[in-house]
Amino acid sequence: MSATAAYIALATGILVWALLVRRFTAKPWEAVLERGIGDDLPNSAPARVGLWVFLAVVTSLFALFMSAYYMRMGHGHGAVHDWSTLAEPAVLWVNSLLLILASASMQWSRANITRGQIARARDGLLIGGLFTIAFLGGQLYAWREVRGLDAFTPGNPAVAFFYVLTAVHGLHLLGGLFVWAKTLIRISPRRPEPIDVRLSIELCTVYWHYLLFVWIGLFALLIAT
Amino acid sequence: MALAVALIVLVLGTVLFHFLSPWWFTPIASNWEMMDETVQVTFWVTGIVFVAVNLFLAYAILRYRTGRGGKAHYEPENKKLEWWLTIGTSVGIAAMLAPGLAVWARFVTVPEGAAVVEVLGQQWNWSYRFPGEDGKLGTTDARLISLDNPFGMNAADTAGHDDILVASPELHLPINEPVKLLLRAKDVNHQFAVPQFRVKMDMVPGMVTYFWLTPTRTGQFDALCEQLCGMAHFAMRGRVVVDEQDTFKAWLAQQPTYANTREVTAGDPSVGEALFAPCTACHGAQAQGNRELNAPKLSGQAAWYLVRQLQDFKNGVRGAHEGDVYGKQMIPFASMLADDAAIRNVVAHIARLPDQEPETTVFGDVEKGRKHYRTCSSCHGVDGKGIWATHAPRLSNMSDWYLARQLQNFQKGIRGSHPRDFYGSQMAQMADVLADDKAINDLIGYVDTL
Amino acid sequence: MAFVAIADRDHEHALHDPQSFIRKYIWSQDHKVIAVQYAIVAIAIGLVALTMSVLMRLQLGFPDTFAFIAPENYYQFITMHGMIMVIYLLTALFLGGFGNYLIPLMCGSRDMVFPYMNMLSFWVYLLAVLVLVAGMFVPGGPTGAGWTLYPPQAILPGTPGASWGIICMLASLAIFIVAFTMGGLNYVTTVLQARCRGMTLMRMPLSVWGIFTASILGLLAFPALFVSAVMMMLDSLVGTSFFMPAVASMGEPSRYSGGSPLLFQHLFWFFGHPEVYIVALPAFGIVSDLLSTHARRNIFGYRMMVWAILAIGCLSFVVWAHHMYISGMNPYFGFFFATTTLIIAVPTAIKVYNWVLTIWRGDVHLTVPMLFAIGFIFTFVNGGLTGLFLGNVTVDVPLSGTYFVVAHFHMVMGVSPILVVFGAIYHWYPKMTGRMLDETLGKIHFWATFIGTYAIYLPMHYLGILGVPRRYYAYSNSIEFIPPSVHEVNQWITISALFVAAVQMVFLFNLVWSLRHGKPSGDNPWRATTLEWQTPDTPPKHGNWGKDLPVVYRWAYDYSVPSAPQDFIPQNVPPDDRTPAGREHGVKS
Repeated sequence: MSATAAYIALATGILVWALLVRRFTAKPWEAVLERGIGDDLPNSAPARVGLWVFLAVVTSLFALFMSAYYMRMGHGHGAVHDWSTLAEPAVLWVNSLLLILASASMQWSRANITRGQIARARDGLLIGGLFTIAFLGGQLYAWREVRGLDAFTPGNPAVAFFYVLTAVHGLHLLGGLFVWAKTLIRISPRRPEPIDVRLSIELCTVYWHYLLFVWIGLFALLIAT
Repeated sequence: MALAVALIVLVLGTVLFHFLSPWWFTPIASNWEMMDETVQVTFWVTGIVFVAVNLFLAYAILRYRTGRGGKAHYEPENKKLEWWLTIGTSVGIAAMLAPGLAVWARFVTVPEGAAVVEVLGQQWNWSYRFPGEDGKLGTTDARLISLDNPFGMNAADTAGHDDILVASPELHLPINEPVKLLLRAKDVNHQFAVPQFRVKMDMVPGMVTYFWLTPTRTGQFDALCEQLCGMAHFAMRGRVVVDEQDTFKAWLAQQPTYANTREVTAGDPSVGEALFAPCTACHGAQAQGNRELNAPKLSGQAAWYLVRQLQDFKNGVRGAHEGDVYGKQMIPFASMLADDAAIRNVVAHIARLPDQEPETTVFGDVEKGRKHYRTCSSCHGVDGKGIWATHAPRLSNMSDWYLARQLQNFQKGIRGSHPRDFYGSQMAQMADVLADDKAINDLIGYVDTL
Repeated sequence: MAFVAIADRDHEHALHDPQSFIRKYIWSQDHKVIAVQYAIVAIAIGLVALTMSVLMRLQLGFPDTFAFIAPENYYQFITMHGMIMVIYLLTALFLGGFGNYLIPLMCGSRDMVFPYMNMLSFWVYLLAVLVLVAGMFVPGGPTGAGWTLYPPQAILPGTPGASWGIICMLASLAIFIVAFTMGGLNYVTTVLQARCRGMTLMRMPLSVWGIFTASILGLLAFPALFVSAVMMMLDSLVGTSFFMPAVASMGEPSRYSGGSPLLFQHLFWFFGHPEVYIVALPAFGIVSDLLSTHARRNIFGYRMMVWAILAIGCLSFVVWAHHMYISGMNPYFGFFFATTTLIIAVPTAIKVYNWVLTIWRGDVHLTVPMLFAIGFIFTFVNGGLTGLFLGNVTVDVPLSGTYFVVAHFHMVMGVSPILVVFGAIYHWYPKMTGRMLDETLGKIHFWATFIGTYAIYLPMHYLGILGVPRRYYAYSNSIEFIPPSVHEVNQWITISALFVAAVQMVFLFNLVWSLRHGKPSGDNPWRATTLEWQTPDTPPKHGNWGKDLPVVYRWAYDYSVPSAPQDFIPQNVPPDDRTPAGREHGVKS
């Protein structure tokens, strides 16, 4: 919980700093400039900013889940030590690799679209998505594996958290795949007139990197405990 | 204009109300006068700010309302003024915070050698546990809780065998002796609060919380639950009696230890059969009840409930009210049972008797009754079979005319008004929910279908 | 004009005014329509909560008189009333309603940056409300666990609605959070990315600042509620033990073990405290603009006001456990949280001073919005000061769990923001409809609400000091320290509450009646400087600004500027031209 508080303080702090420090001390009633135009005009695409704000929200979500995980493990006051450690299935290592590949393909696609290599970008996007679907399949397999373990009982918080954390992460990837599918259709070679998907691919890439980062964090937490 | 006047009147009215209010802290009965003092300090600081800000606001409205010829003054900010206000506010805040933290430092430090008492909360009453001679409380586990072990004592832990169990909502404490109250809950969150003590704390299932105090005044104080704990939260009542040392010791000596409660033998029905003979005159040979003689059916009723009622009749807790005509008749019969063992024996005999279905004598609107019964089901169970944990007896398949009369008695205060009838007074509060005799009949009409 | 192109790009299709009724008023992507949709749903569900409070007051004032209010109904009313008022009314109205309406208009944008998502946000919000309402009709009725929904009681027998009701409640909250996140992303991104030329951050009106900061708080805090809702649903449905310890419920051992009820409380209040400011900050912002406009004076200490909003926003994340001083958490936390909580009083106090100093040396027009704004200062000072009692750990101990708490949060979170809501509606109704609300009815509404609510809550503080516990269905005569005078005052409080509730009908009537019969307002009836009053049409059409976006040349508070011919200069008037006929100038560049 305190980790989350620290995160939120940090996030707000960065926001305040990035947005305001320049203008923070401006005296707006004095600053009737020539032609009256201020100089902090926004210049980024709204979707890009929207995504970053969204990532902040998702970070808060995962940070809170992880804080809950930590406190439930028995680090909080008065907690009961009934945590029965879970042997994470080995397939998670394979899954991690798949997600890294997915992220790398996205990056490759993004690099190509900026160079105007639409066909390659399309391939990269497609492969990235397929790796992601493979990752999700692998996660489902891991769910089945855990089901077979001795430690499997809903009462065991280690098991419950394993399912909840992977499910929430997987749902975020599914949301990403929705945008991915839309982008793929827009970039389809059968479309008569091409649509500019540079921004979509860029945002997908950012989102994939972010979810990879989250997964590595989650995986490390699961392995470490 | 009217607004400025209204603000002034409200400020003066609030100050007057503050000084004339008939409601203020209850006379304190613990060592925490310091808490009252920090409240007073806070009242002074915030009161001055309240009066000053609002009177200034009223003055500003009066002085600068439109139509008085003035134009508004253009002044984006006044750094100096703002800084002074900030500093002044910070000083006021510090003046309230410092004493608060100082008192809190004492709150978190339990004095060495404080006596220990465990308060156990459950839906919807209290019980208590004192460490025995070894000064240590035995371990407990919520999973061990049962009718025979309501405290969830761990029998394997010998430290618990001499623990003194107080299975009643009334707690006695000695005066002038610091005591650390350990709080435990069986089922849901509760809070043990005695307004006269000022300090209180939630009890959370799965953990033990605590606070400490030194009682400084003898007397009886109501203990309330102040953490919403379900339907009957408002009726969860206990009592703390602060005694002189000697009285306290005498009281404590009367309470059974865990070992004592384990030694209690089950009743012997064959002995009980003979003891039951006088009862048959009214209640019938099969304890099936007799309406003409105003004797309810006993067979099928939970043993723990019959035991408690017999004890209550004997001890004058039940039947003492002058309006309780039939209850009074029961007192001499209950008194014929010499001791708790005799009571257990006779109850054991009743438990052996066949549970016949009594005839229906109360008729009401079953559908309306079903709605009323929702409230009752929290304690007596959806099926009306009674729940030992809530001290709620069986209702289904019992004498319906008797249930109706008892509800009326509860409403009129004929039953449940004795100061030591804790569960009865709880029922009395619940019976008040039923508006009239029609509602009672509807309810009993539904209970008859269970 | 590069930026204008960006801002407009998303709206090219939207600029074609939709013609069909459905596209225009139902499936609308216009922020103004969505705002009204949000407001209507919020007020409708708020009326349900108001009715529940009336029923609760009837029970408390006249116990045993109303047979249809059984204890479990009372606790269900308490729970639903609290949850609806805090989340489904105030949060939705301030952000979904006022946020949607004001942000694009005040920032000089054509619409929210993601209009489709904005529309979706409303429909998902409606779904959340419907699930909430459905929860009132499931077997066992809605949950009666109190709006804090503490486990274990929330999902154990003995609490009303512990099986179906609580699931509906949690599901509804989760859906609401999804709706809010879609809306919140819009509000934040629009403020960041779609302001018109010249609208620097420090030129934004404080309303926008308040709503903007509250949206950020909401985006970061609501996940905590989401996490706790998900985990409690799993505890209830699947049998996990996140929050559920080993208990013996109704004498029977449960299937749970090892969970931590305190973990839920931490998560809940980690959301719950910022939630206070999610409601309060928009109110702070809006009231600043009302005071400035109707006092014809610049808001005093604008920069301090902005910093205070941001400081309160940051601090609100490190005070949550002051709701848990006697929850059984480690009591040593009390030192930290009491300190942070009292520190937050400093920026809050600064805001109060600056409001009062805005009136000081102003040219105060006691219009209906101004009455409500000043009423807010009074109630907020009252409620804020009692917050200093409850925030200070030692003082909190005897008062927590009593009617003092009820009085405090109703003054600070109930009455105060609602007065701002009313003031804001009287203020912006002319812009939304082109007609003024009736002034006489407005004054009746103000006086009855202002005095009536104070009559309700002032005595409650003292009942709390006496020790009268809150959340009690009835106070039987067996509680020795409660004298008969408490029962009498409870009757008076109930009568005041009935009166206040009845007067709200006057307001609703005024809203409907003035729609057709109100005095035509013109474009800028309050002679205000902010951009929303400078639109070419009233009410503003789809796209808000006609052909060209406005350009801003000054801050939002140029009232009574010395040497200016009029006592206000709209934000879009160029520096060399101080006449308020700003619209032509605004669009010229």
